[in-house]
Amino acid sequence: MSEAAAPAAAAPRAASGGGGASRGLPGGRWLGVLPFFLFVTLFLILPTLYIVVGAFRTTGGGWTLQNVLDLNTRSIRNAYWVSVQVSFWSALLGCLIGFAMSAAVVLWGLPRWLKQPLLTFSGVASNFAGVPLAFAFIATVGPAGLITLWLRSDLGVILQAGLWNVPEGLQWLLPGQVRFPRFTILSTWGLILTYLFFQIPLMVLIITPAIEGLRREWREAAEVLGASAWQYWRMVALPILTPSLLGCMALLFANAFGAVATAIALTGPALNIAPILLYAQIRGDVLGNPNLGYALALGMIVITAAANALYVWLRARSERWLK
Amino acid sequence: MRAFAWGAFVLGALYFVLPLWGMTEFSLSMRRGEYSFDAYRSVLAMPDFQATFAFSAFMALVTIVVGVLIVVPTAFWVRLKVPELRPVIEFITLLPLVIPAIVIVFGYIRLYNTGSWLPLTGTAMGTNLLLAMGYTVLALPYMYRAVDTGLRTIDVGTLTEAAQSLGAGWATILGRVILPNVLSAVLSGAFLTFAIVIGEFTMAALLDRPAFGPFMQRLGQDRAYEPSALAVIAFAITWGCMGLIGLVSRTQKHTRAAR
Repeated sequence: MSEAAAPAAAAPRAASGGGGASRGLPGGRWLGVLPFFLFVTLFLILPTLYIVVGAFRTTGGGWTLQNVLDLNTRSIRNAYWVSVQVSFWSALLGCLIGFAMSAAVVLWGLPRWLKQPLLTFSGVASNFAGVPLAFAFIATVGPAGLITLWLRSDLGVILQAGLWNVPEGLQWLLPGQVRFPRFTILSTWGLILTYLFFQIPLMVLIITPAIEGLRREWREAAEVLGASAWQYWRMVALPILTPSLLGCMALLFANAFGAVATAIALTGPALNIAPILLYAQIRGDVLGNPNLGYALALGMIVITAAANALYVWLRARSERWLK
Repeated sequence: MRAFAWGAFVLGALYFVLPLWGMTEFSLSMRRGEYSFDAYRSVLAMPDFQATFAFSAFMALVTIVVGVLIVVPTAFWVRLKVPELRPVIEFITLLPLVIPAIVIVFGYIRLYNTGSWLPLTGTAMGTNLLLAMGYTVLALPYMYRAVDTGLRTIDVGTLTEAAQSLGAGWATILGRVILPNVLSAVLSGAFLTFAIVIGEFTMAALLDRPAFGPFMQRLGQDRAYEPSALAVIAFAITWGCMGLIGLVSRTQKHTRAAR
């Protein structure tokens, strides 16, 4: 509440206050931030620049665009494409489900006491990623998982085969066997299903403040002017929330795109997605060209950076209304 | 609308409860036909479990100490002396959320290899140091934001002047005036750092360190029930860290109200 106003008021006071000790030497002001800049230069900026620059060099040391062009092979294109699909669908579904859960508690009349547990749980679940998350899903929908076995023994549904042996009681309605798309945890959709476990809570955490920013007056004004609930949503609430929703989706996309550990623990090297390909390249130069590895990493930076830039831009737009 | 809301909420909740139930049930069913803690006993008795967990816990502590040493003085100094740098520093601290960890560690491996000007990966100690620095970078966004928010609630300028007029040097000001005032923010950042570092996989695996994350991944390939037990333990640790964060931020509200 008052937090937003505080820095503006504190900044001039802070700048003038307590300046006695180092005013004598010029540049002494900057000395205090030197350790920070040294640290980020050594362990964040330089390593990243090394990769970015390496993407544009030949093994001999000259400059080239060939590495970036060489990314356009079938297997690398495919890896990026699967990554983009996984990130896109997990971001889209995460956005929709997270929004629905948050809106259900904040706006749609669920008891208010549900909000705090939801936010607390979201804080935990959004940080429960990586290897253990993969184990949880293997234990649930893996080949011998809880739900897999239950569906098979009690309902006759075999997920891996995409086959439903319809129980006798229902055979008057359906044929003896129903086919449906196969599902295994070691597939694109298995990965999406697993990623949703940290995508939905992240969405809940970042969209709840935006939903709470919808003022009651706007709804009342719309009602007074004769709008139905649907018209209020379509013409007032959704246009205001749209930049937030799209921004969150961009953030979720970047979040999924950089995830490595969950995918490796879940599928091993079986699934061809960009982070796993890069992981294999770092371990053993599977592409047979170190500079092509740099270009692969550069592609990942470009995609996550674009998604984040989109998020920042859209958030700035949404703050026009929700502040 | 209400029914739709309940439906959305219950379906969402079910999605979260089922995997947690699945892993718990699986972790308890090592013994045929009855529930038992055998998988937990088996995991806890593994020498590798103890060694890697201790390694990662120690790494987390080093990361927290390095993070505090870098973030607290910087955030303090920027507020006090160079507020014009704030946007720049904020931007830099957010970069680790943009650049995937796998790319950063890729850079480390190439930049600090045995033939380079700073051959950190040549020795085990050097690689450990590099890993701790990498974790500090990963924790930077959370740590900086927590500490900066903490500093926002106190009057840095006046506190510094008061301490200076009583003859305190910079170390005393930072350690005995500023740090105690932002302690709950620092602790929040520290617990979140712990939760991130303890199970981290990518950096540790690529730097080939005996950490908890790679151990879990290896175990997942060879065993059936133990990984679920590990997942339950990891979930409990994450929950514990988040609970502690909630606890320290609540305590702070109390002290603020009393003042």
